[in-house]
Amino acid sequence: MNADEQKRQKWPIRGQLLFALVFLLASLLLLSQLGVETKWIKKAKLVAQPRFWPAVGVCGMVLFSALHLWRLPVKRFHTADFVEWKVWFFAIEWVLWFLAYVWLVPLGGYLPVTMIFVPLMVWRLGYRGWPMMAASVGFAVAVVLLFKAFLQVKIPGGAVYDYLPDALRSAFILYF
Amino acid sequence: MDTFLAAAEILARWDVILALLVGSVGGVLIGAIPGVGPAVAIAILLPATFSMDPIVGLTVLLGIYGSSMYGGAIPAILINTPGTAVNALTTYDGFPMTQRGEARRALSLAYSASFFGGMFSVICLILFAPVLARVAPMFGSREIFLAALLGLILVVVAHRGQSLIAAALASFGIFLNTIGLEPVKYTKRYTFDQAWLSSGINLIVVVLGLFALSQAFFLLQGKDEKLELTRLKGGMFQGLRELSRHPRVASVSAGFGVLMGMIPGVGEFTAQFLSYTYAQRSSKTPEAFGNGAPEGLIAAETANNAVPAAAMVPLLALGIPGEALTAMMLSVFYVHNVVPGPQLFQNDMPFVVALYLALLILNLLVLGFLLFATNGLIKVVKIPNRFLGVAILTLSFVGVYSLRNSFTDCLVAAGFGIFGFVLKRLDLPAVPIVLGMVLGGIMEVKLRAGMARVKTPWDFIDRPVAMILFLMILGVLALHVRTLWKARKQRQTR
Repeated sequence: MNADEQKRQKWPIRGQLLFALVFLLASLLLLSQLGVETKWIKKAKLVAQPRFWPAVGVCGMVLFSALHLWRLPVKRFHTADFVEWKVWFFAIEWVLWFLAYVWLVPLGGYLPVTMIFVPLMVWRLGYRGWPMMAASVGFAVAVVLLFKAFLQVKIPGGAVYDYLPDALRSAFILYF
Repeated sequence: MDTFLAAAEILARWDVILALLVGSVGGVLIGAIPGVGPAVAIAILLPATFSMDPIVGLTVLLGIYGSSMYGGAIPAILINTPGTAVNALTTYDGFPMTQRGEARRALSLAYSASFFGGMFSVICLILFAPVLARVAPMFGSREIFLAALLGLILVVVAHRGQSLIAAALASFGIFLNTIGLEPVKYTKRYTFDQAWLSSGINLIVVVLGLFALSQAFFLLQGKDEKLELTRLKGGMFQGLRELSRHPRVASVSAGFGVLMGMIPGVGEFTAQFLSYTYAQRSSKTPEAFGNGAPEGLIAAETANNAVPAAAMVPLLALGIPGEALTAMMLSVFYVHNVVPGPQLFQNDMPFVVALYLALLILNLLVLGFLLFATNGLIKVVKIPNRFLGVAILTLSFVGVYSLRNSFTDCLVAAGFGIFGFVLKRLDLPAVPIVLGMVLGGIMEVKLRAGMARVKTPWDFIDRPVAMILFLMILGVLALHVRTLWKARKQRQTR
């Protein structure tokens, strides 16, 4: 890609080629499964076929992603691409934090786990001062009170609440 | 008058009033924090609103949608960072005014322009509602299919320079919507014999992943910025007086906002672009645009705030959402078995008018709140980005897990979160996926119903509205091809 083309490109170039390639390959894979994963009903109109709309979606994915790849101004990987992939890869850490939180809430209870999770993440991000730690605990308590106690969203009580005395247990299951 | 009174009665409840307050103040706060935005907030709050009355839930979401752009002007003017994506144009003239020591004038003008845009739009639509009620029943299955198709095409072509990948992502959305048990013959589609795929991919899970979780990952992976806020000097009411000196720019911009808001897939960006271009071309000092021109600020803010009320028209009248936020709101209707579309206008007009009245009150509340609370409010701009990332991650859990208490949903949302994160890094749009999912579902049902009485292709467009929509589709495609052709010729001559 020459300097002129780089100037014309309005969005970042790094990572585009891999994304376009993976998207096209995934689309082709889905297209190859069209006959297996969908049914064709005899004597039914084309638009009433269960296969019709998945075919529209998958064929659109293949056609437009192939054209996108063809029109992409970069055709080779560069150093900036590797830097970009590293950024994508390291984002998985936050997915693991999120999934750990999801896994722990039904065990440890919404309030206790949130009160540990938020300050721990804030610590992990490098904040050490007490104002940020206090803000993180305050935020955790506020979120639980707002959603579980006030708005009554459906989040189950923690398994650990079973060990609480009877009077406290039902209150904790309902509100925290 | 009876309709108006019935609508007022719907709103005269403590929970609706509370929803109005929470929505308006919450929306301003969310808009004022760069990095959050209404899409993230609405995605997180969506499941919580399912347990509320439709009018209460929709009022909260509408409040956030309608007032976030008011708040988004604050960081755009003070620190040159738009609070929401649609406030980007506000930075052009707002920030130079701050640099000249006119921050309060710029803020006051932005609030006044936003208020004018919001009120103009709501009043237009209240007056226009009886006409819509007459036009909406002309939309049968074929017309709704064509309108949804037009919306999808407009979303794709609106992404200039990225229309191919936008089309691929919209097709991905259509594909996602087809996963699971198909509703007529009950055959499985792309379930790969996995039980969890039989019920399909939940729209809310996708939305939370693409908008909320991806934003959390994006902020967590980034860095905090050190911000210096300007001290505000002067009166807050001067903007109202200044706005009255530019009635033409304000009215035309609000008009563009209403028109563009009503067309599915177009929205704030086009409305702002047209308004700003008009204001600049008709100004006696076009060279001042981009350097702190009050008319530029008026054009940008009036146009974007006129859009939310107008965007409710295709949603309420046809059941077709024009962009991601109204697509999310559509799920609130479905959860409560309220089906937006021509029937809603015919059978439940007070409900429709109540929503418009709620938007009207909301604009008054927001303006009042901002005129008196700006000094305290600007401190939220300083919340560190990565702390916001933790906050969004924690709140996303509520959104996803409270749906069905399913770990699988959280896994799927996390997957879409990573996908959305990659799209954000590459500056590619996520909105076509959501609209592909929603409009794809509508198109499937309506095409099947519409084809029942169709013998030849001509029968499909033999009704006036269907013909107009078909010609509009051809027109949009022809215009897009022409634009591409011209761009290609320009490149060749260079």
